[in-house]
Amino acid sequence: MTKTVTLDHVSIRFGNYLAVDDAHLEIAGGEFFSFLGPSGCGKTTLLRCVSGFVQPTEGRVLIGGDDMRGVGPNKRPTALIFQNLALFPLMTVAENIAFPLEVRGVSKKERRKRADELLDLIALAGQGDKKVTELSGGQRQRVAIARALAVQPDILLLDEPLSALDLKLRQHMRTELREIQRRVGLTFIYITHDQGEALTMSDRVAVMSRGVIEQVADPVTLYDKPKTAFVASFVGETNAIAGKVTARDGDVVEIESASGLRLRGIAAGGRNYPIGETCLLFVRPEQLRPDGGAANVIQAKLAGDEFEGNARHLLLDAGDLRLRMMLVNDGRMPDVPDGVVKAGFDVESALVLPDGPLAKG
Amino acid sequence: MTSTAFNRLGTIAFCLLFFGFLFGPLIIMVVTAFNSSSFPRILPWDCFTTDWFGKLANDAKLLHGLGNSLIIGAGVVALATPVGLAGALALSEVGPRLRGILYTVFISPILMPGIVIGISTLLFWGRIGSGLGFGFDSIFFDGFFLTILGQVCFISAYSMLVFMARLQRFDHTLTEAALDMGATPAQAFTKILLPFLRPAIFSSAVLAFLASLENYNTTVFSIVAESTFTTELASKVRLGIDPSISAVAVVIIATTLIGAIVHEAYQRRAQALAQGGAAAQAILANPAAAFIRHPATVGALLLALAGIAVYYGKGHDSKACEQSILDAKLLEQQRLQDEMRARTQQQQQQAPAPAAPAGSAAPSTPFGGVFAPGGLGGAPAPAPAAPKPAPAPATPFGGVFAPDGLSGGKPAQ
Repeated sequence: MTKTVTLDHVSIRFGNYLAVDDAHLEIAGGEFFSFLGPSGCGKTTLLRCVSGFVQPTEGRVLIGGDDMRGVGPNKRPTALIFQNLALFPLMTVAENIAFPLEVRGVSKKERRKRADELLDLIALAGQGDKKVTELSGGQRQRVAIARALAVQPDILLLDEPLSALDLKLRQHMRTELREIQRRVGLTFIYITHDQGEALTMSDRVAVMSRGVIEQVADPVTLYDKPKTAFVASFVGETNAIAGKVTARDGDVVEIESASGLRLRGIAAGGRNYPIGETCLLFVRPEQLRPDGGAANVIQAKLAGDEFEGNARHLLLDAGDLRLRMMLVNDGRMPDVPDGVVKAGFDVESALVLPDGPLAKG
Repeated sequence: MTSTAFNRLGTIAFCLLFFGFLFGPLIIMVVTAFNSSSFPRILPWDCFTTDWFGKLANDAKLLHGLGNSLIIGAGVVALATPVGLAGALALSEVGPRLRGILYTVFISPILMPGIVIGISTLLFWGRIGSGLGFGFDSIFFDGFFLTILGQVCFISAYSMLVFMARLQRFDHTLTEAALDMGATPAQAFTKILLPFLRPAIFSSAVLAFLASLENYNTTVFSIVAESTFTTELASKVRLGIDPSISAVAVVIIATTLIGAIVHEAYQRRAQALAQGGAAAQAILANPAAAFIRHPATVGALLLALAGIAVYYGKGHDSKACEQSILDAKLLEQQRLQDEMRARTQQQQQQAPAPAAPAGSAAPSTPFGGVFAPGGLGGAPAPAPAAPKPAPAPATPFGGVFAPDGLSGGKPAQ
């Protein structure tokens, strides 16, 4: 069974500190929903609020339409997978998985049977009598999931469960998690600071910054049509160029940067840009081309060259601007006479967004 | 000599001194328990004997005190462990500022002198008892009740420290995970936290029991009319010591050693098993090795050794040796007396002293008559100014306090 989760204008305060500011959204039953944001943005607090460890200061949390106020974590139809997994070190693998059944008074025989079923599901059949410490990181990960699934919760909450794994395993577990979610058909709420994880697995992603949900959208929309400067700079790599609006023609806005460059981009963020207003123009590194044959051209010196196998990153220095350009490694290096690159991009590939804080990094 | 060799020699010398300082008294104590000399000493070595253990085993008062100590120890463990655990849990739950204050409050009984705790326990419960109208035969004046409460005051603080150390390593998300999976707070406590704390419960119980057993300062006041092992031992020492005290030490040291060795065996085994891999395989694969390394085997072996020692110790009879020593002593004494007699006779012949003491009457004691009542009275006799030595009263004070002592001393009369 799947249930919807509704956050109804939820705010959470710790003393004077506002951890979550008016979160208002609905997560559909069976959806893989992610909260993405840098550490300290309030996403874990929000998750703990859904699981019942934190009470909202204002607003309500509804699960399947029922108000969860006053319902303890042990009474909610949610299962939380902790960042450190929180497997019980003194129990065997099977005992860990059967723990939710044990506290519900299920008989020992029944417990063992269900644990073996779940061990089958996570491809660890026959390893039930091992100690938790004898398992590898990925196996522990799967045990934690099996334990959470043991009593068939309606909603599975995952708090950065992959952050402790190495890169290869992390990528493998992404597909595996998505696979498990499809198989059991539960609502998954996933917390991460890794945009790669959020984008690859989720149906929808909520990007959070300083307790505020900046944008809720599917991964493609999030990447291609960010609504705020923070989302544009946090999700994926981008070049941000600050400037003042000098002209407007329908959707197209022209800005003038501090060094006098005139660049044009598509007005985004769903608002007007009056002449003279300071705003930001974003263009992704992969949209920049070295040939200069485009509507916008920035002349820059080549300041660095990072080779990453399938891609090449050029670091460009254009006076007060630093740009990153990404080229697919097709064996050709652009012609760079005197170390000067003419970086060009189309109007359609540049977004103009209102001025605002950028993601650090 | 190079400086490294010099350093090494220095280190060895320091270690020897250090361990000598630590264990020297214990070793001497143990050795004296087997010397038949009636005062605990190594030299002169008289005879190897086990009689002091027999004397100890027949010391009804001490055994009664030991029984009381065990009862009190059990009571203290039963109370101090949960109290200490509760304190440690409270400290782990509250905020940092309150924690600092609470910690100081909880720890303060350790810093307080035991005597103060003992007296105040006695007064506090006595007042409560008489305030409620209970008599002296009520529980408020019962030595066991008072001693257990008095000791729990500070021993529960020790327990709390043990639990705090363990709790610091507890991952509190485990409790949250248990709650999240449907466990009630009580279930999370009994199924997750308590199993994690089990080693600390054991350590705390042992610590509390030993602290209770060896406590004197508090107990001596709160025990009222009863007695414990330590108070009994203390009163024994006050009346003069014999090597059965050393025998007590031997028994305690042996018990401690057996306990420590068994515990070490248990820890090594647990560690090897926890580490897994080759070390665990070595234990699990070979049944003989597994049997030998098992702490129960080690414990049984040590107990058997102790039993054999007791059995043969009981059979040992040092009477013959002691008799020969006694004979030799008597002989020596006889010889000394003869010598002295010969010397005095010689002196008398050479020059008849004005007032020769009645040396020939020296009593035949090992101390050569020094403590004989007449010994001192006779000694001042040779003083030239003494007018009438003959009627000097036979008191240890040489007649100074005799009624006519002062008048007799005046030369004018």
